[in-house]
Amino acid sequence: MTEINGRAQPDAAAPAIELCGISKSFGPVHANRDISMSVQRGTIHGIVGENGAGKSTLMSILYGFYRADAGEIRINGKPTQIPDSQAAIAAGIGMVHQHFKLVPNFTVLENVVLGAEEGQLLRPSLKLARSLLARLADEYELHVDPDAVVEELSVGHQQRVEILKALYRQAEILILDEPTGVLTPSEADHLFRILKSLRDEGKTIILITHKLREIMAVTESVSVMRQGEMAATVKTSQTDPETLAELMVGRKVLLRVEKKAIEAGKRILEVHNLSVTDSRGINTLKNVSFEVREGEILGIAGVAGNGQTELLEVLGGITEAEGNIRVGGKEISLVGAGSDARSRRRSGLAHVPEDRQRLGLIMDFLAWENMSFGYHNDRDCNHNRVFMDNRAMRSATAKRMRKFDIRPDTPDTQARNFSGGNQQKIVLAREIDRNPRVLVVGQPTRGVDIGAIEFIHQRILDLRQAGAAVLLVSVELDEILSLSDRVAVMFDGTIIGERQTAATDERELGLLMAGVADGGRS
Amino acid sequence: MRRLPKAVEIGLIPLINLTLAFIISGLVVLWIGENPLEALYIIIKGSVGSAYGWGYTLYYATNFVFTGLAVAVAFHARMFNIGGEGQATLGGLGAALVCLSIEWPHWTLAFPAAIAGAGLFGAAWAAIPAWLQARKGSHIVITTIMFNFIASALLVYLLVNVLKAPGQMAPETVNFPKGAHLPTAHEMLAWFGVSFPKSPPVNISFLLAIAASFFVWALIWRTRLGYAIRAFGFSEPAAVYAGISPFRVIMASMLISGCLAGMMAVNSVVGEAERLLIDAVQGAGFVGIAVALMGRSHPAGTFLAAILFGVLYQGGVELEFEMPAVSREMIVVIQALVIMFTGALDNMIRIPLERLYFRKVS
Repeated sequence: MTEINGRAQPDAAAPAIELCGISKSFGPVHANRDISMSVQRGTIHGIVGENGAGKSTLMSILYGFYRADAGEIRINGKPTQIPDSQAAIAAGIGMVHQHFKLVPNFTVLENVVLGAEEGQLLRPSLKLARSLLARLADEYELHVDPDAVVEELSVGHQQRVEILKALYRQAEILILDEPTGVLTPSEADHLFRILKSLRDEGKTIILITHKLREIMAVTESVSVMRQGEMAATVKTSQTDPETLAELMVGRKVLLRVEKKAIEAGKRILEVHNLSVTDSRGINTLKNVSFEVREGEILGIAGVAGNGQTELLEVLGGITEAEGNIRVGGKEISLVGAGSDARSRRRSGLAHVPEDRQRLGLIMDFLAWENMSFGYHNDRDCNHNRVFMDNRAMRSATAKRMRKFDIRPDTPDTQARNFSGGNQQKIVLAREIDRNPRVLVVGQPTRGVDIGAIEFIHQRILDLRQAGAAVLLVSVELDEILSLSDRVAVMFDGTIIGERQTAATDERELGLLMAGVADGGRS
Repeated sequence: MRRLPKAVEIGLIPLINLTLAFIISGLVVLWIGENPLEALYIIIKGSVGSAYGWGYTLYYATNFVFTGLAVAVAFHARMFNIGGEGQATLGGLGAALVCLSIEWPHWTLAFPAAIAGAGLFGAAWAAIPAWLQARKGSHIVITTIMFNFIASALLVYLLVNVLKAPGQMAPETVNFPKGAHLPTAHEMLAWFGVSFPKSPPVNISFLLAIAASFFVWALIWRTRLGYAIRAFGFSEPAAVYAGISPFRVIMASMLISGCLAGMMAVNSVVGEAERLLIDAVQGAGFVGIAVALMGRSHPAGTFLAAILFGVLYQGGVELEFEMPAVSREMIVVIQALVIMFTGALDNMIRIPLERLYFRKVS
């Protein structure tokens, strides 16, 4: 065996990664039970599974965050101890986390070098990194301006910095945890091109995701995890999304929900000439107008960052705006007193925010405290003007937890201890179960597992059935197409086009999302 | 995220911190050639070894309960109120103005009036930094520190030029009227036929401190305002999403905080000195920060931490008296070590302990 960079050259035949009988439990919970898996070098291997299936734990073991109770890790055929992430890096493993670990006010170059500087002076390291970055950019389409400050980059570019960081540390094995959760469709496509060219260069990639379509598109093989166990490992070419979904959930799953046709009623939400200017003086919303009727779902499609967030925040009473909004025919104020979120809820408008962890929940609050969050002034949460009725809130929460199949169904559990899907269900239960006239919902299934997606979609449709007007903002075109009655596409702060869902398709919406005003119809 | 069990969190960690502080303090005492065990014995005996000692310990503790609760309430809204010192100073002024305003017929009238005066002035002094934070974004830590200096300068000016007793050299007011004298433990226990030494200054304000602790507990965990304060403290964007007004939460939490800090004066100015002196607060505002930190911003924890600091203060005075080699400054060093270990160096113990605990469990 020859040694290059102090690292043993791989034995050509051995798999890049082999996990043998990995087990890990936290107290009574078996997060991983006797997991075995092997990934061939130069392939992209997908890992799918519902939230809480043990994917993250397994990857944390591989990256040295946790130590396995039992089992062995072999890298290139060689048994390897990975007690910490330093050891993982030394073994050639790089990780791109779901939530990036970058220093926002450092430049790309500084971030890449951080923690891997050579010597006491920064300049030589930066110089070395600059030339390496230029080379990587050419080889893998990983173009990022090395002198850009990270906080000014788009999410897609920030992710590239994370990948560059791993490559700079000479990673041969790259683990990506839910990499497309924050990306636009075109950014995701770009990422996949990068991954494919990395694979072609002989790198090994592990892709953790919920999105079966991505698995089908880029992986060679896929492992399915369920309840801490490895349910199956199959060649991607020999499977299909329905089979994978069934393996993940352990039962048959409807990937598309059935939607009953209902007649749309009165106009409930009317938005007219809505404009927002942010603190830098940029118009993030420009004269947006639309209406949503009773029993109707209006989908807002678009590449993330084209004004959807601002639209949601105006409707939810978080940011001020110019223009008019009527709820049930009654004008609501958009500036000053009476434009806050509390007044919005009082007018019958419920808001499920895009970012449940930042806005929708207090992660340190218990489930029952979160279940009243935003409605904590309502009569059913209070004894009187001063004291809250904690017991009533607890029992109401227990009921809603059963109704929305939230697990665990204990009201005294902290929000941060629920999985992403169950956190989202807490928010939805809170907003939907009070039967709002208007539901404004952003990215309802972002980072949510398949079983929960089906459930969440069904609840939104039930609300429509009950006569509410629903505004659904999502970057997932599939979701928009399967739920909405009409679709409006946002581009650069305006609504660039509106279509009946039945009379449009992904291609036309894709063109609208790219800013082609007539959707390529001419 | 995993959490340590409550018993470890609120019992074991403070205990280890305290032990470490005492060990280091012991080394300091050893270094100046005295016996640390004897010093410890003097501190304990002097503070809790007699009714007399308790009388002083609880008097100091009362001060710290108020300033500690003040810091704790603000901290639930993630407002770091460093201004307890200044707010207590102004509380003293408020209490003194109330007590000197009329010839109080009986303490039952003077007591609530003094509470109102002290609380109102304390709250008012907190209101300006709070408003600056809520409306202008001026950092509360900076402004409250500044306001400590302004308060102390203001009090000097007033005592020297306006409020000084005529014909006196010292910058202090005349004694408060007899009717404003608050019942001491000696007097109160005598109503029940229990005897208690006459000289310790512990007075009815101690009961007020207990009541204030209950009030803070109910406020934070049982009321709508407390819910809003905690929500805002954990996450401002989420609070705005829920329709909670940051302005109102900042103002409410800081006003209550200032009011509690101000109420300390009922104990020290009205209860003990019975006139307004120039250094009535004596650093209790700052000790309150350590007390709240050690008590994890929970009223029960804050109360217990206040008692502990009462022990240190009273024990320190005794130690200074019994062991002439241990100077006043040395006492301050020991107190500082306790503050450092229980407050600032908390993570030094917590993180290894967490690691140890979870390795065992998993």
